[in-house]
Amino acid sequence: MMYAYYPGCSLTESAREFDVSTRAVMERLGAELIEIPEWTCCGASAAEPVSQLMNYVLPARNLAIVEQEMDGIDVLAPCAACYLNLLKVNREVVGDRHLHGRLNEVLAASGLFYRGDVQVRHLIDVLKNDVGAKIVEQKVTEPLKGMKIAPYYGCQILRPYPVFDEPGRPVSMEPFITAMGGEVFEWSMSNRCCGASLMMGHPDVAIRSVADILSDADGADAIVTVCPLCQMNLEAYQDKAGKAGGKPLPVLYLTQLMGLALGLDQEAMQLDRNLTLSAAVRKDIATRAWAEPEPETEEETAGVNA
Amino acid sequence: MSEAVRQTWSPASEADRAILADLRESVGACMQCGTCTASCPNWHAMDITPRAMWRMIQFGMLDEILESRTFWMCSSCYMCTLRCPRGLKLTSAMAALKRLARMDGSSRARKNSAFYEAFMDDVEAHGRVQETSMMQRYFLKRKDPMLPLSFLPLGMKMMRKGKVHLPSRGQGGVLKPLFAKAREMEGLS
Repeated sequence: MMYAYYPGCSLTESAREFDVSTRAVMERLGAELIEIPEWTCCGASAAEPVSQLMNYVLPARNLAIVEQEMDGIDVLAPCAACYLNLLKVNREVVGDRHLHGRLNEVLAASGLFYRGDVQVRHLIDVLKNDVGAKIVEQKVTEPLKGMKIAPYYGCQILRPYPVFDEPGRPVSMEPFITAMGGEVFEWSMSNRCCGASLMMGHPDVAIRSVADILSDADGADAIVTVCPLCQMNLEAYQDKAGKAGGKPLPVLYLTQLMGLALGLDQEAMQLDRNLTLSAAVRKDIATRAWAEPEPETEEETAGVNA
Repeated sequence: MSEAVRQTWSPASEADRAILADLRESVGACMQCGTCTASCPNWHAMDITPRAMWRMIQFGMLDEILESRTFWMCSSCYMCTLRCPRGLKLTSAMAALKRLARMDGSSRARKNSAFYEAFMDDVEAHGRVQETSMMQRYFLKRKDPMLPLSFLPLGMKMMRKGKVHLPSRGQGGVLKPLFAKAREMEGLS
């Protein structure tokens, strides 16, 4: 398993723990990630409101590099916005001769050309379809002992293009939570928008969404995410969301938790970088504070498993 | 329609009309079922429902559309696009409305597009977004001295967690030729 790795800007900035944990976990699972040389920004959701053409050119530049320099191997993107923007080129431009021509006319200004043959994969797609939860389960050495985990999928890995999950009721993270020894927390807000960049210009609107999501997750031990913007919105505004009815809760990247279950330590997974992971929370995670106490004597368990 | 009538009805520049024509085509098949409005997580912050917005586009009610805050409240979650029984690309239509309003250049449009523009300016300058320099650009564009202050506690918290990094060169101006070419082709300055 070899992938052209597209970390995206956030993973080189405030979400470095997502980058570090993704690389470490994928290595443990036997996947080789080769960073796309001189990759550039995908435009996230800021490009489309500014320029229709740049919205496709920015991600396509990276796909063109993979096609020309990396034999067109599958691209792996951990960030939801990067994933969707890269995928949009294949879904909305390739096949539309006029638009495809215009795209390549712009790319030509940098001596690039994109034919349209590179597959774009999200981290969960690769975990689910190339690795499999069985492999993760076999490699777990430090199980999470019943940690109640609320999987948060957000928007852009599910919509508008359903590829590896059911966009109305996503489940793709569940087998991995179980494989890590965790318990899936059932809730209804797993695919509800976190407010995204509205947090910049209209925080009152976005905080209402964050509060709704956090209050629905009340009862879980943690939320796991696979998007740096979801992670930031759910973590960084918990005090403000608290005033709107949201409950404070630890929020981690799926890969951080998976790394812990695979035997990597908290330092390697950079748990101290998460805004919601105080020393006390990190200690709870280390000791599996939620675990049911083990039965004390053999007599007590006798016959239980018979 | 005569030129005089068209001008009285909804004066629009050539560029505005081109975007509006694209928009009319993109939501032309809307049957007004309202699934989009019911699916929108930010409906409560909108002054015109998404369903009504598509109708106004069909009617070409440009002035009323540009006065609305509805499309600025779209957070690109794609729930409406996913559920639209006509298969219309409604999230893209919201983005097109943002582009239309930017060209119109009202103060509301400048305020609401400040983040998108700051983001894109930073991408053009560095190839990759440098969060600290992008936020500086955003604050400058918003021209609101209270805004940086409102982000200060979070900034401090992020700094303590080692999440704030000084801007680096990034990839330099590697994207500049692409931005220049796209501007030329889209007729934007």
